[in-house]
Amino acid sequence: MGYMFDWSVIYDNIDLFVKGAYLSLKISAFALLLSIPIGIILGLGRVSRNKFISWLAAAYVEVFRGVPLLVLLLWIYFVLGSMLKLGSYLSAILGLALFAGAFIAEIVRAGIQSVPRGQMEAARSSGMTYVQAMRLIILPQAFRKILPPMASQFIILIKDSSLVSVIGVMDLTLYGRNIVTTSLRSLEVWSFIALIYFVITFTLSQIIRFFEKKYKVAE
Amino acid sequence: MISIKSVSKSYGSKIVLDNINLEVPKSQIYALIGPSGAGKSTLIRSINALESIQEGEILVKGVSVHSKQTNINQLRTNIGFVFQSFNLYPHLTALQNVTYAPIHVKKMRSHDAETKGKALLASLGLEEKCNEYPGQLSGGQQQRVAIARALAMEPQLMLFDEPTSALDPEMIKEVLDSIRKLALTGMTMVVVTHEMGFAREICDKIVFMAEGKIVETAHPEQFFSNPQTERAKDFLAKVINH
Ligand SMILES: Nc1ncnc2c1ncn2[C@@H]1O[C@H](COP(=O)(O)OP(=O)(O)O)[C@@H](O)[C@H]1O
Ligand SMILES: [Mg+2]
Repeated sequence: MGYMFDWSVIYDNIDLFVKGAYLSLKISAFALLLSIPIGIILGLGRVSRNKFISWLAAAYVEVFRGVPLLVLLLWIYFVLGSMLKLGSYLSAILGLALFAGAFIAEIVRAGIQSVPRGQMEAARSSGMTYVQAMRLIILPQAFRKILPPMASQFIILIKDSSLVSVIGVMDLTLYGRNIVTTSLRSLEVWSFIALIYFVITFTLSQIIRFFEKKYKVAE
Repeated sequence: MISIKSVSKSYGSKIVLDNINLEVPKSQIYALIGPSGAGKSTLIRSINALESIQEGEILVKGVSVHSKQTNINQLRTNIGFVFQSFNLYPHLTALQNVTYAPIHVKKMRSHDAETKGKALLASLGLEEKCNEYPGQLSGGQQQRVAIARALAMEPQLMLFDEPTSALDPEMIKEVLDSIRKLALTGMTMVVVTHEMGFAREICDKIVFMAEGKIVETAHPEQFFSNPQTERAKDFLAKVINH
């Protein structure tokens, strides 16, 4: 193999990599923060005794799970985004959050349904309202079961954020493409970018593992 | 205390409760016995509306349990329920299991709820177990915590659905003893049980159910020595001779 590595392309453009990584992280973080309430509300909707609410939540999940994220991002940017003047940055956050929300809803639903029915019955028979029983008894137990799949979902979200470059958001992936175009050093650039994504997701999974351990103690 | 009037319920074409009528006066203890599938759980669970009914009415202290106008959460604070499978909250300590409803439903101050909860657990022989989680307790201990949890709301009525059926034989006694002690306080109780000796000893009435109907209601002495119906004779022969 006669390939001559030239890592100087990394040092020379380090400021761009940092900027891109920062933006990717920021978009992922906002999308994540938004996707959690979306997912929890939809997950609660899925298990609601109100048929209409559970149908509505199920319909949301089916639609947003069934559309490719790339198509969803383009649709939000070009259709919704141009109607509401969202711009690429907000469209990206919204698209990622709506998409991840559908998956988180399923995780939350499965978590709630994994709590034995007797728990709800015991809570209700002591006079708690449905909302109190959910908040004090069911969700804290569901939470422990939700954490591991939730971690995977967060990691997927960060990786999926690399797609937002299609609507012109200057994220890590788009900086990478630009740097490759001018330097022609695709091996070094893409290897480095892969490493950055890995470091971010690995750090996140370690943080979540810490929480998993912490909450496991009490049982 | 409880009046059950012409209550019926079915799942599809299967009749689970068939025109049930029963009065349970204050401070009385009624045992609900009968073969599995008779509808005992369905009946006792419908007294605090864990189960819906399709016909008839159930009144607890004169309040219609299944009426839309009734504040069911309020009514349930008067009714303690003990399940066969304990249903303790696994993420909470024994003491928290006992204090949660007083704190969150009755808005009792946590300090007061804890003092009371500890006293209750102690009265059931569990003073050492306050800070343990349900997973660390034996079945008998768990069921006693469940009884303490129900009593913490100061109910006027206690319902037990086979409280000892999930327990190993050596733990049955400790739970039955707790219920015996409770009987001495004048608590109104309905107990679904297969413990015939216990039913005979502490209950004021035996209610025998089969196939969704109340077949016989009698004083324990009479029921066990001289059952009036063939169905009850049959049942007793089976449970006593095994
Ligand atoms: N959700 C349900 N759907 C259909 N049938 C049910 C349901 N719950 C209970 N049943 C039926 O109702 C009957 C009475 O059940 P249950 O009240 O649990 O009896 P018991 O407590 O006396 O053993 C049984 O035949 C049971 O199969
Ligand atoms: Mg039963």
